[in-house]
Amino acid sequence: MKDLVTGLLAGKVRPLAKAITVVENDRSGKRELLKEIYPRTGNAYLLGITGPPGAGKSTLTDKVISKLRQQGKTVGVIAVDPSSPFSGGAILGDRIRMQQHALDDGVFIRSMATRSHLGGLSKSAVDVMHLMDASGKDVIIIETVGVGQDEVDIVRIAKTTVVVMVPGLGDSVQIAKAGVMEIADVFAVNKADREGADKLFSEIRAMLDMIKDKDKPEIFRTVAVDDVGIDELVQGIFAHGDKVVETGLIQKKIAEKAESELRAYLLDSIMERSTTMTDYDEIVKRVADKQITPMDGVDEIFAGLGMTIKES
Amino acid sequence: MDKKIKVLVAKPGLDGHDRGAKVVSRALRDAGMEVIYTGIRQTPEQIVATAVQEDVDSIGLSCLSGAHNKLFPKVVDLLKAQGAGDVLVFGGGIIPDEDIPGLKAAGVAEIFLPGTSTEDTIAFIKENVTTA
Ligand SMILES: Nc1nc2c(ncn2[C@@H]2O[C@H](COP(=O)(O)OP(=O)(O)OP(=O)(O)O)[C@@H](O)[C@H]2O)c(=O)[nH]1
Ligand SMILES: [Mg+2]
Repeated sequence: MKDLVTGLLAGKVRPLAKAITVVENDRSGKRELLKEIYPRTGNAYLLGITGPPGAGKSTLTDKVISKLRQQGKTVGVIAVDPSSPFSGGAILGDRIRMQQHALDDGVFIRSMATRSHLGGLSKSAVDVMHLMDASGKDVIIIETVGVGQDEVDIVRIAKTTVVVMVPGLGDSVQIAKAGVMEIADVFAVNKADREGADKLFSEIRAMLDMIKDKDKPEIFRTVAVDDVGIDELVQGIFAHGDKVVETGLIQKKIAEKAESELRAYLLDSIMERSTTMTDYDEIVKRVADKQITPMDGVDEIFAGLGMTIKES
Repeated sequence: MDKKIKVLVAKPGLDGHDRGAKVVSRALRDAGMEVIYTGIRQTPEQIVATAVQEDVDSIGLSCLSGAHNKLFPKVVDLLKAQGAGDVLVFGGGIIPDEDIPGLKAAGVAEIFLPGTSTEDTIAFIKENVTTA
């Protein structure tokens, strides 16, 4: 463990990779490991890239990595793909688009499957971020498919979140439904070489006009495959980051991030204690049999844990 | 929490046919493994760098171009040089029978010829991967 920490803090590749495995599998060493590195985190720029399947997130990430490297920044990437709900396995294919960076010492890419446990992904992805941060990466990009709560959670901890949209996926109502308007700090209208890009651009703009008075996210047109519009996008990302710092919003973000991390562990630990220290299955059964309500069930669980609930 | 077996499926060499690699990838996923697929035309250096970053338990190499005698042992050697010699390396593709002993001597744990059932590959990985 000591070697792992020393190596990781020195920016070595293998210790970082091994440490990520420890965190990802919730092994016993995780607590100790995080305790060692946590004080050394908080320096990296956390960048979220999210959007619908096939929007070009990985291709865009690949091109963004190149720009960051040209600026002399080191980069960590966490590329998240869904686990199969049937087998629990996964095919993690985001890296295909980024293999030009495979031999660059300044780039560390790690693929992660969502796995299935509640809140599990965001928790371990955040911890992986901490490890990359402590290992000295200047920018950490996390690519997720923007659909579920996990993604929203991850986005909450990023300094800047880029939402990637593409023409042809549906009309503006779907944009609004996807819930992405709220989480985007910057929009990339990718596949701008395709028909409908201008229309999508105006739809996003119109939607933003409706829901926001100020601090409207900038929208960029990109053609990730041809490396078009990436310079502007990267500038837009850092401009957003600067604004977050200048306006003092950063303090709020840091607090929110801490709270969201704490909550993820708290929920997990409540669940774990409930299932191991109370008659959890029995209570579930009584709820199923309509003998008690779910809320009463919670009271019983808490009583079983020695916690009393004050009526407010 | 049980640890998932992580496998890198990689295609070294210049041929562009990745149907076999994709079939194996899907079979491994359906067996509950996490498969990292990096696409065609990967150099041994890229494959090993990827395997180290991803901390995989195993690497499956698929090669149809005929360069397996050079490429597979190169991957094994580079892994050892990185201190990752414990990664289980297996291969598949169009490989003449007479090449197999040499590949095994070079540290490739097993060769699966066309027509092998993916069940065999899955069983082999499960039996031989060391998930410490
Ligand atoms: N025409 C066009 N195709 C693009 C563009 N960007 C990416 N693509 C293609 O879109 C496909 C999907 O790209 P990816 O980068 O894998 O998309 P992704 O959003 O990461 O996909 P998932 O991770 O599977 O959700 C690939 O075939 C890319 O070559 C673009 O700007 N224009
Ligand atoms: Mg992707």
